[in-house]
Amino acid sequence: MADKLKFAFYWNASCGGCEVAVLDIHEKILDVAAIADILMWPVAMDFKEEDVEALPDQHIDVAFINGGIRNSENKKMSQLLRQKSKYVVAFGACANFGGIPALANFHHKESIFDRVYSETPSTVNPEGVWPQEITEVPEGELSLPTFFNTVYMLAEVVDVDYYLPGCPPPPDLILAAVEAIASGNLPPRGTVIAGEKSVCHSCDRVKEEKKVTGFRRIHEVIPDPERCFLEQGIICAGSVTRDGCGTRCLNVDMPCRGCFGAPEGVIDQGAQLLSTLTTLLDTDDLEEVRSIIGSIPDLSGYLYRFTLSDSLMKRRIVAELKDKEVASH
Amino acid sequence: MSERRIGVYVCHCGTNISKTVDVEDVAKYSQGLDGVVVSKDYKYMCSQPGQELIQKDIKEHGLDGVVVAACSPRMHEPTFQRAARNAGLNPYLVEMVNIREQCSWVTDDRALATAKAKRLTSSGIAKARLNRALETDFTAITPRALVVGGGIAGIEAALKIAASGYEVVLVEKEGTIGGQMAKFDKTFPTLDCSACILTPKMVEVVQHPKIELMTYSEVQRVDGYVGSFEVTIEKKPRDVDLNLCTGCGDCTEKCPASVLSEFDEGLSMRKSISTAFAQAIPNAPVLDRESCWYYTGKAKCQVCARVCQANAITFDNEPEIVKEQFGVIVVATGFDILRPEEGNQWGYGKYPDVFNGLQFERMSNASGPTDGLLVTSQGKEPEAVAVLHCIGSRDENYREYCSRTCCMASLKFAHLVKEKTNAEVYEFYIDMRSFGKGYEEFYNRIQEEGINFIRGKGAEVTKKGEKLVVRGEDQQLGVIREVPVDMVILNTALQAREDAAKIAETFSLQQGQDGWFMELHAKLAPGKTAVEGVFLAGTCQGPRDIPDTVAHAGGAAADALRLMAAGQQEMSPVSAYVVEEYCTGCKVCISLCPYDAISFDEDGKVAVITTALCKGCGACVASCPTNAMHLRHFEDEQILAQIEGVFAG
Repeated sequence: MADKLKFAFYWNASCGGCEVAVLDIHEKILDVAAIADILMWPVAMDFKEEDVEALPDQHIDVAFINGGIRNSENKKMSQLLRQKSKYVVAFGACANFGGIPALANFHHKESIFDRVYSETPSTVNPEGVWPQEITEVPEGELSLPTFFNTVYMLAEVVDVDYYLPGCPPPPDLILAAVEAIASGNLPPRGTVIAGEKSVCHSCDRVKEEKKVTGFRRIHEVIPDPERCFLEQGIICAGSVTRDGCGTRCLNVDMPCRGCFGAPEGVIDQGAQLLSTLTTLLDTDDLEEVRSIIGSIPDLSGYLYRFTLSDSLMKRRIVAELKDKEVASH
Repeated sequence: MSERRIGVYVCHCGTNISKTVDVEDVAKYSQGLDGVVVSKDYKYMCSQPGQELIQKDIKEHGLDGVVVAACSPRMHEPTFQRAARNAGLNPYLVEMVNIREQCSWVTDDRALATAKAKRLTSSGIAKARLNRALETDFTAITPRALVVGGGIAGIEAALKIAASGYEVVLVEKEGTIGGQMAKFDKTFPTLDCSACILTPKMVEVVQHPKIELMTYSEVQRVDGYVGSFEVTIEKKPRDVDLNLCTGCGDCTEKCPASVLSEFDEGLSMRKSISTAFAQAIPNAPVLDRESCWYYTGKAKCQVCARVCQANAITFDNEPEIVKEQFGVIVVATGFDILRPEEGNQWGYGKYPDVFNGLQFERMSNASGPTDGLLVTSQGKEPEAVAVLHCIGSRDENYREYCSRTCCMASLKFAHLVKEKTNAEVYEFYIDMRSFGKGYEEFYNRIQEEGINFIRGKGAEVTKKGEKLVVRGEDQQLGVIREVPVDMVILNTALQAREDAAKIAETFSLQQGQDGWFMELHAKLAPGKTAVEGVFLAGTCQGPRDIPDTVAHAGGAAADALRLMAAGQQEMSPVSAYVVEEYCTGCKVCISLCPYDAISFDEDGKVAVITTALCKGCGACVASCPTNAMHLRHFEDEQILAQIEGVFAG
């Protein structure tokens, strides 16, 4: 079938959940298979870099790329797929905003390696061996990709045509994207395939007076399933998160974690969430505000759970870090 | 490269800025920044030649942006906006950078101050590149004033406004106007009788054709905005018809129920149906339901109604709610005195001969509980009297501020004691503050009357036998003094009324740390508030004596008159607006708005801003989770540019 579309799926720094999400469309995968050939899908099929390199430019119709850009291989493969594809879709929270891997931007390469290869209780590494980019062995030279100090979102290394957020993206949005491509009925470049307003817009919970005296975590309380989480003092990122997920977490009594990123108009999801939380506090006493906000465990991680690469600060600034790669972006 | 044509003007502020900031260097540095076509420094930018310098450049260089690096925008932003407007430039294309308070006044380090001034100026230029021209709107002013509070401040304001030909409604929550001043005996420094000054003015109020007096009434709610306030006033049921009552006093005489008199500060009893004092305006009693036998169910009674020949008294009347339209509002709700709590070190509330200042005023007043006689609780003339200054004032355990009236009032008390008795008088004072006109002379006069001045705060009052003993450090002798007296007068602090927070909420006023209502600017706008069209008169804004209160009230009246005479008010375009597509209707902003400017559209499920009420504070903008709230002149891209400008500098 000569008219079939050509898709590629690729993963960068990711957990594999986005790959599973593709399968979450269940039997509809057959419909996808009916309209498209999959030219690359590392999780399911064995394709080599050389195979992609051999393709003519723009040969692939759509590349769905998930994961953040953690190392030089992620960057190189993304650039290669960009070159070979008509459209690139940033697939999932990590590709869209850095996602969970980008929380490592509160650290840097050295401190991460130190933690992983030396400090963790399960590590025994008395000689302090760390992975090296180049290792000489009798057979020749072995190489590993360069580990960046900073995790980037996909749009920082290639031009992205469409954004499909979520951790992972929900099946209905994946199908909507595929259908739009199949029908040729494409939205303007740069469109986020999701809602525009915030999750609150779709959330059915009763919203009344938003005034709280402190915050608790979801496992510490039995929440009222009918009432706004924030009003119960439970941090919910719904108010600063783009709509379109179908309030999946809220439906099962879990507060929103923010995986769709900021809604249209919001510049920095984490800063906006912090601003919202402080607004809720029923006090004018600055010290009290400080103490309540300070009591939230891993506050920065909470605020920027999915969007550190997409934030104004992008990463923790480490004064002594003189990294050319940071400067180059 | 920006296409904007920006002029930068760095002010020396005499030497205020230039002594610490290298202003020429800042001007030179700015010259090189994107969009800047001209950059200058000048000794006084706010002076006429300074303003003309800017105006000339606007025309010659075709500027579409002006950055003035000088003092605080609160100080001179209006000045430079006016100058720009007069030169044909939209005033909102002017950006102020504060290199005085934020640079030269916070350090002596010239290098650092100059570096900071450059960064801030760079930031201001970045904002100026994105500033947009904004158009101002006008709102009409209803030529009718509401004055709240019938003390001397409210009376003065009402009379001034009415005398200028405008209608005034004066609302007073008690049964009569007069306020605290009606309780006083004599006034300092002239020692003329308080009532002699006050009561003619009270009469003038009730007789003035332009003034409508609503006593025993309270403002419940204020809607609308400058020029068209809609005010809901509750007329509490007085049970005495003011149109019928002749003020004969028969009802009071026959009323069988009595309680402690608030007007006499608890030193006498009053009837349940009574008039606060002889010259009350209106001259008609109020039936106090709290103590009335009929209302408390003690008896059917109704004696008052039966003896009333005018048939003015009826029972079980409902409160009347009226809605009135006003263009301006003057708040003159006054002060209260501090009454030391139980267990206080001065024995107040414990020993019957320890009085507060108002109690002394009542006692000394010829129409007071003792007909003006100064006697102890034993009915005897005191042999010695102590007057204690600064009780609860200048005291970090109570009120940090100076109450401004007590020093002179204390001297007055000493004089009255001397005049009326043969008692020795001891004044315990920390500092003698006699700052007003004629006050130092008054102090000198009292000093010649044989008063014992002890420099040191009266720290404790105890009882030894028949005598009260005042203990305090005599700082001049360096000894602890214990002075036995028969009567102690505590000149306690003036403080914000207990219901000040409620009043603040009703009128959207702000309160300072001490509870006094906040003026817009201590020096430039002492009678204005952050709410356009709402003014402050008298002690609700801070402690004041009578001359200052009357002057302040006159100022508030002038502010109110200015608006009504102009007939319209320019509205600042720096206000918030809603981007409806982003609004999710979460309502966070509504409860945060200090000016009640945001309402909720139930159909569209979005927030709606009443622009005329919005003061552009930005609380809603900061709180909005979805960034649906924006503030003109402080748009995100403008603020982000400012931040970038700081780092670029």
